Amino acid sequence: MARRNTSRGPLDYGKSPWLIGFGILVFVLLYAPIVQLIAFSFNDSRRNIVWQGFTTKYYKVAWENVALVEAFTNSIAIAVMCTIFATIIGTATALWLWRFRFPFKAAAEGVMALPIVIPEICMGIAVLVMYSRVGGWMRTFESGPIHWWNELFSIWPLNLAAITAAHIAFAFPFVAVVVRARLAGFNRELEEASKDLGASEWQTFVNVVLPFMKPGIIAGALLAFTLSLDDFVITFFTAGPETNTFPVKVYSLVRRGVSPDINAASTVLIVITLVATVIAMRLQQQPDKSKG
Amino acid sequence: MESWKENRIVFWVTALPGVFWLAVFFLIPLGLIWAMSFGEKTSILDVEITGTLANYVRAFEAVYLKIIWKSIWISALSCALCLAIAYPIAFGICFSPPNWRPLLLLLIILPFWINLLIRTYALIAVFRTRGTLNFFLEWLWNLAFMDKLIGPYQPLELLYNNGAVIVGMVYVFMPFMVLPLYATIERLDRSYLEASLDLGASQWTTFWKVTVPLTMPGIVSGIILVFIPMLGMFLVPDLLGGTNAIMIGNVITDQFKAANDWPFGAALSFLLMYVTFLALALRAFIGSRSRGRVGV
Amino acid sequence: MQPIVSIQNVTKRYPGVIAVDNVSFDIMPNEFFALLGPSGCGKTTLLRMIAGLETGGEGGILIDGQNMAGVPANRRPVNMVFQSYAVFPHMTVRDNVAYGLKVTGTPSAEVGPRVEEALEMVQMGAMADRKPDQLSGGQRQRVALARALVKRPKVLLLDEPLSALDAKLREHMQLELARLQQAIGITFIIVTHDQDEALSMADRIAVMEKGQVRQIAGPEELYEKPKSRFVADFIGKINLIDAEVSGASKAGLACAAKGLGKVTVPFDGKASGKVSLAVRPEKLDLLARAPASKTNISLKGEIRDVAYYGDVSNVFVTCADGLELQVNVQNDRAVDGLLEKGRAVWLSWHPEDTLVLTQ
Repeated sequence: MARRNTSRGPLDYGKSPWLIGFGILVFVLLYAPIVQLIAFSFNDSRRNIVWQGFTTKYYKVAWENVALVEAFTNSIAIAVMCTIFATIIGTATALWLWRFRFPFKAAAEGVMALPIVIPEICMGIAVLVMYSRVGGWMRTFESGPIHWWNELFSIWPLNLAAITAAHIAFAFPFVAVVVRARLAGFNRELEEASKDLGASEWQTFVNVVLPFMKPGIIAGALLAFTLSLDDFVITFFTAGPETNTFPVKVYSLVRRGVSPDINAASTVLIVITLVATVIAMRLQQQPDKSKG
Repeated sequence: MESWKENRIVFWVTALPGVFWLAVFFLIPLGLIWAMSFGEKTSILDVEITGTLANYVRAFEAVYLKIIWKSIWISALSCALCLAIAYPIAFGICFSPPNWRPLLLLLIILPFWINLLIRTYALIAVFRTRGTLNFFLEWLWNLAFMDKLIGPYQPLELLYNNGAVIVGMVYVFMPFMVLPLYATIERLDRSYLEASLDLGASQWTTFWKVTVPLTMPGIVSGIILVFIPMLGMFLVPDLLGGTNAIMIGNVITDQFKAANDWPFGAALSFLLMYVTFLALALRAFIGSRSRGRVGV
Repeated sequence: MQPIVSIQNVTKRYPGVIAVDNVSFDIMPNEFFALLGPSGCGKTTLLRMIAGLETGGEGGILIDGQNMAGVPANRRPVNMVFQSYAVFPHMTVRDNVAYGLKVTGTPSAEVGPRVEEALEMVQMGAMADRKPDQLSGGQRQRVALARALVKRPKVLLLDEPLSALDAKLREHMQLELARLQQAIGITFIIVTHDQDEALSMADRIAVMEKGQVRQIAGPEELYEKPKSRFVADFIGKINLIDAEVSGASKAGLACAAKGLGKVTVPFDGKASGKVSLAVRPEKLDLLARAPASKTNISLKGEIRDVAYYGDVSNVFVTCADGLELQVNVQNDRAVDGLLEKGRAVWLSWHPEDTLVLTQ
C-alpha cells in the first residue's frame, strides 16, 4: 500500500489539517460580508440580492449625494489633520516616557494610557459636555472682541477643529504606545556611539534615533489615520449639521435600510484604508537609504 | 534612562504637547462629566452640581440593573467566543512557516482597519430578512424539496435579537483578540512544549497544563482589550439588536440625545469607567502573580 | 613624560552602590592598558567616565593634560568601541565610518580618503557598501574599530570588545588588536573580564574589585608577583594555603601551614599572624615517590581527580589536614601510569616559587 509520507513533527501544529481547516473557515467568514458588500456595490439591482449584472451607477448616485460627499471629505480632512498632529504629539510623548526618569512617572504612564483603555462612549460624552460648556461660553462673546475667533472657526476645515482635537486626544496615545514599543528595542549604545563620535544631541536624534523610530512612527501614523477614519462615537456626539463625518452620515442612512449607494461609498472608504495600509507598509519595509 | 533634571529642555519639549492635549481634551472633559454625575437638571439646558447621589441610586433601579446585567453577560459571552476562535488562529499562525506569518497576521488584522460602521453594515446585509443567509437557507430548503413537502421557506428573523448582537460583537472584535495572543504564543519557548511531550504528557495535556498557563498573560490582555469596548459598545447593539437588545451604551447615548438627562448619563458612563478600572486592576494583579510564578 | 590619561581620586556613586571608589592612576602615551576585573567591579563605569558617557562623578580625569570636567562626550579627544559594537544598522559600512567626521564638520574632500584609509587598516575596504546586517560579528567589530580610529583619537577605549566573538576568532582578534595598536601607536584602554585577553594584549593591567584598583602591573609581574589573594586567585589558577607566621629570619618567613607543617619561605616584607601561601599549579612537581631534594617543600597525597586537557592535565591531590592542591603536569611519558585516581603521590616545589600573601 503506497502511503504518502506526511511526516509531521510533534510541534508541527501548522500542518494540522484541523487547524488549517478552521483557519480557512474563519478567514472566509471574516471576509465574506466585506466581499459581499463590495460586490453588491456593482450589482445592478436596488433590493434583490441576486446578481443582476455589473454597474457603476451607484457610485454616481453616491457621488451626487451632496451630503454624503461632504461628510466623506470631512472625514478625510479630519483624518489627515489628526494623523499629522497625533503622530507628532505621540512621538514626542513616546520619547518623553522612554528617555526620562521623573517623579510620578507611573502615574503619567497610566493617565496617558487612559484614552486607550476606557470605553469610547465615555470619551464621546466627555467631549460633548466640554464643547457644550465652551460653546455656551463662546456665544456670550458673539458680538464681543473675540468675534473674529468664532468667525474663523466657522470656515472649512477649521470648523472641524473641535472634532479633530478630540480625535487627536484619543489617537496620540496609540501612536505613543507603538513608537515606544519600537524604542524599547533601541540599543542605547548607538546613541552613545554617536555622541562619542562627536555628534551633538540634535545630530544624534536626527541621524540615529529618528531613523530607528521611523517604522514605529509610520505604523503609529497609520493607526492614527484609521482610528480617526473609523471613529463613530466621538463624532456622533460632537458633530453639528455642517460637520458630519462619513460614519455618522452612513449611520443615519443605514437606519433607514440597506441601499447600494452606501455600498459604493463604503467601498471607496475601504479602498482608501487599504491604500493607506499598503503605502505605510511599503514605507516601513523600504530599506533606509541615508545616502542617495 | 536619564533623570529629567539632566536635560530639562528636552524633557519639557517632549512632555508638554502630550500632557497639554490630554489635559485639555480628555482629563478636563472627564472631570466635567464626573462632576456632572453628582448634579441635577434644573432646566432643559442647565445642570447644577449639587453633590447628589440620586443619579447613581437611579442606576441601580431594576430596569437599569437589568440592562447592565445584560450588557455584562452579552459582552462576557462574546468575549469567550472571541477567545475560543482567536486562540487556535493565533496558535496556528505562530506555528505556520515563518515567511507566511506576517501575511496571515495582516489578513487577520486588515478587517479591523476597515470602518466599524461599514463592517456592521455588511453584517446587516447578511442577516436581514432578505439577506444572504436567508437566501442561502431558502436555496438549501428548496434543494431538499422541503418546499414541496412542508411549504414555502419562511425567512428567519435573524436580526434584532441578542444572538445578532453577539455574532456582531464576535465578528467585529475577534481580530483584536488575536494580537495579544499571537504576541505571547510567539514568545513562548518551544522547548517547554517539547519538555512536556518528552516527559510523557499527551498533546492535549501539554496544551492545557503548559501552553495555556504560560500564555495566560496574553489571554488576560486579550480578554480585557476586547471586553471593555464591548461593554460600552453602542453601534453594534443599536444596528443589529434594535430595540430588543439594548445595552448600557445605548442607554447612555439616549440620555445625551433623546432623553436629555445628562447627569444620569454621566453617572452611568462613570459606572462603566469604574468597571473598566476594576478590570484593569484585575489584569495588573494577575499579571504580577503570573510573573512571580513563571519567574520572568 | 606626561601621562595621556590621568585618573585622580575618581569616585562614582549610584543609589546604594559605589561603582568606582577613589581610584587614581596614570596611563602613558602609546600604552596598551587593560582594566581587568569580575563583572560589577566598576571597570566599565570608569571607562565610560573617561569617554564622558557617565557623568556626575567626583575627582578629576585629565586627558593629555586637559581636565575633562564639564566636557561632554562629543567634545572629548577619545573614541570608543562599544561592547555591542553599536554599528548604526541603517547606514552602510562607509557611512558608519564617515559619520564621526561628517557630524563634526570635517571638509568633505578629506572625509573620503580618511574613511578609505581607516577601512583598509581593518581590511574592510571590500565591504564598504554593505549594511551591518550583512556582516559577521567579527566584521562588525572591525567597522566599529575603523569608525573610532578614523577620528584619530588620542585614546581608543574598548569595552569588552571580544566578548561577543567565538573562541577562535577571539584569539585571532587579540593578536590583531595588539598589532594594530603597535602600528598606529595610540593609547588603547581595554575593559575585559577575561584574564587571558588582558595578559596577552596589554602592556599594563589594572585589576579592579569592588570599585577599587587592587594592583597595577605588567602581565608577568601580575602573574608571578600578585600582591593579594584576590589578584592571585583572579589571574590564572593558584593554590592558596592558610598559614600562621611563627617568626622571621634571614632565610625568610617561618610559618606553620595547613597540611605542610613548619616551612620557611623567602619573603622580604613584613608579616605576622594569618597569611596565605600561594603557589601556581605549574610550579609543582608530581612524583611517584619521595623526592631526594631536601631544599624543596614536599608532601604526600592521594590523587582525587584528573582533568585531561590534551597537552596538560590538571591533577587534584588531597593531602594531610584536608589540604587540596592542584598540579599541572605535561602529558608526556614521565607521567605514564601515574595519573590514576586514588594513587598515592608526592608533591614538591621550590620554596622560591612560594608567594606570601598578607591581604
